[in-house]
Amino acid sequence: MGTLSRYREDPRLKWAGLALIAIALLALPFVLAMAGTAWVRITNLAILFVLLSLGLNIVVGFAGLLDLGYIAFYAVGAYVYALLASPHFGLHLPWWAILPIGAAVACLFGVLLGTPTLKLRGDYLAIVTLGFGEIIRIFLNNLSEPFNLTNGPKGIATIDPIRFMGLDFSSATRIGEFALSGTIKYYYFLLAVLVVVIVVNLRLQDSRIGRAWEAIREDEMAARSMGINTTRMKLLAFAMGASFGGIAGGMFSAIQGFISPESFILNESVMVLAMVVLGGMGNIWGVVLGAVLLSFVPEILRYTVEPVQRMLFGRSLIDPEVIRMLLFGLAMVVMMLFRPAGILPSAVRKRELSTGREGDGDDA
Amino acid sequence: MVNGLTLGCVYAVVALGYTMVYGIVQLINFAHGEVVMIGCMVAFSVIVALAPTGLPPFVIVGAGIAAAVPACMAVGFAVERIAYRPLRNAPRLAPLITAIGVSIVLQHLALLVWSRNIIAFPQIIELKLFHFGSSETSAAISNIQLAIIATSIAMMAGLLLLVYRTRLGIAMRATSQNPQVAGLMGIDVNRVISATFVIGASLGAVAGAMVGTYYGIAHYQMGFLLGLKAFSAAVLGGIGNLAGAVLGGILMGLIEALGAGYVGDFTNVCLLDRFLPGFSAVCEASPESSLFGSNYKDVYAFIVLILVLVFRPSGLLGERVGDRA
Repeated sequence: MGTLSRYREDPRLKWAGLALIAIALLALPFVLAMAGTAWVRITNLAILFVLLSLGLNIVVGFAGLLDLGYIAFYAVGAYVYALLASPHFGLHLPWWAILPIGAAVACLFGVLLGTPTLKLRGDYLAIVTLGFGEIIRIFLNNLSEPFNLTNGPKGIATIDPIRFMGLDFSSATRIGEFALSGTIKYYYFLLAVLVVVIVVNLRLQDSRIGRAWEAIREDEMAARSMGINTTRMKLLAFAMGASFGGIAGGMFSAIQGFISPESFILNESVMVLAMVVLGGMGNIWGVVLGAVLLSFVPEILRYTVEPVQRMLFGRSLIDPEVIRMLLFGLAMVVMMLFRPAGILPSAVRKRELSTGREGDGDDA
Repeated sequence: MVNGLTLGCVYAVVALGYTMVYGIVQLINFAHGEVVMIGCMVAFSVIVALAPTGLPPFVIVGAGIAAAVPACMAVGFAVERIAYRPLRNAPRLAPLITAIGVSIVLQHLALLVWSRNIIAFPQIIELKLFHFGSSETSAAISNIQLAIIATSIAMMAGLLLLVYRTRLGIAMRATSQNPQVAGLMGIDVNRVISATFVIGASLGAVAGAMVGTYYGIAHYQMGFLLGLKAFSAAVLGGIGNLAGAVLGGILMGLIEALGAGYVGDFTNVCLLDRFLPGFSAVCEASPESSLFGSNYKDVYAFIVLILVLVFRPSGLLGERVGDRA
């Protein structure tokens, strides 16, 4: 991305660079598929996490509100999709109808959570959102009685895949000699959504709203005296972040075909937060980078650490999942201590996070 | 009621840890729940190791607590050094994020050491029930519950003595009022803050050991919910206020214990059927089921927390503004 910024001076070079990246991204699944379909699936999940991180970035990065229950909105989106497109209620609405509904419902939940809590100071907000995330999970877990709404801990299975112009995304399509697997189709679908979301985010950041958020983040009192309706703006940030989470959740539902409350535990919220923090709060490209890094590094570790352990000790001593969480935790601590603005810091955020500190401008 | 009181005492002791740290550095110590968990785990290990020796049960549990306290003190000290001190003058978001990071790391280290399974505490203290009435069905209190309540009260009293009667306590109160001026008065602010974390952690250690012996189980993720509830308790009582934390903790325990029982009864489907149509089919199928049964007991703490934050952010005893609610 560093080279990208240099090309920004010349629009023609910029477009050429973007085209190169686009071609690389379009070819990526076929390259990955050579290493194994699992990697394409991992990439898909990584894109989902990028989407989630971008949503959380609106709340944490742009508006400076620490939300620790973000995964709740993801869960809401996922469950809306699952309920409206599965045999559970016998409903089979098309995806283009459900995703907006999921986003709207998640947005409603965002407002629901935001209204009573946004008057609070940062750390209170963090803990209330954390509690909110747990409440949603507990409800999902228990709403099988007396009405079976969520099917409890068993989760909802056989969720409809996405169908688009006669293409079924769950199975492979043959075009002559050439087979396009379902995973690869999902990759393109996710990529398309991702591009839209990134463009929306970029425009949002430079809009009146984005600037208002920035002002609130820097100094709420000053922002208010400048005539910004801070409560409404903060609520808007919550609602927007939540709707992005809802959309990502819906797609997660469609891709996995099965969801249960276990997919939406606190650790997931923390993971998304770690991605935002690692990449650089408030910087869209930084957040993308953070999400991609934290999605892939653990998977790579899974494929390397385990064989190494088996070779050295004859068995797997440390579960890769544990290593992953340790890594997330450590990443958060180390980043905050040594490079509080993230790998790719946003200009303003960097200034803010390094007040009273020196010498954290060099690479960590 | 007795269950609630016992639980409340545990919450109160944990809440004291939050409140002390908050009072002095205005930070929520997100890792405190994990400190409690570590205390519980260490106590567990010691108790398991000593259980076959045939020593009197209270000595074994005492040894467990005695081992947990220094372990947690060390953890508390390390957390403060690593995660908080370097960021003391940074914006609020930064230490909050490191604290979450630290708590994730602590959780998974505990997972590595004590496995991811639910651990069963050995039942070494023989359960004895003391009934309030003469009949066997009257309300009863067990010896474990008595011991927990007694220990908690002793610890709270000890803490109050420490804060209001010793030099360190004076230094702590001075630092919480104004760290700069306290520094000018010759108080080693860093040491006082360290001490606060360590004392809070040792309270957490005892609370952890008590929770373990009370429920008989431990889990590497237990600290999260416990910490959240205790924090809610601290907020309920007015964060930064020691008496408030005690009051909030006991109230929180009672709310949880009574809420789990009564809200379940009030939302019983058959009862609802009399007021709202549509429940009759469910009522016939399972007359015992209720809309919000004890499955939801963990939700009450959060609801209380949100209500308090909305209507009385300073808590019941916070800042001494107005009357008690």
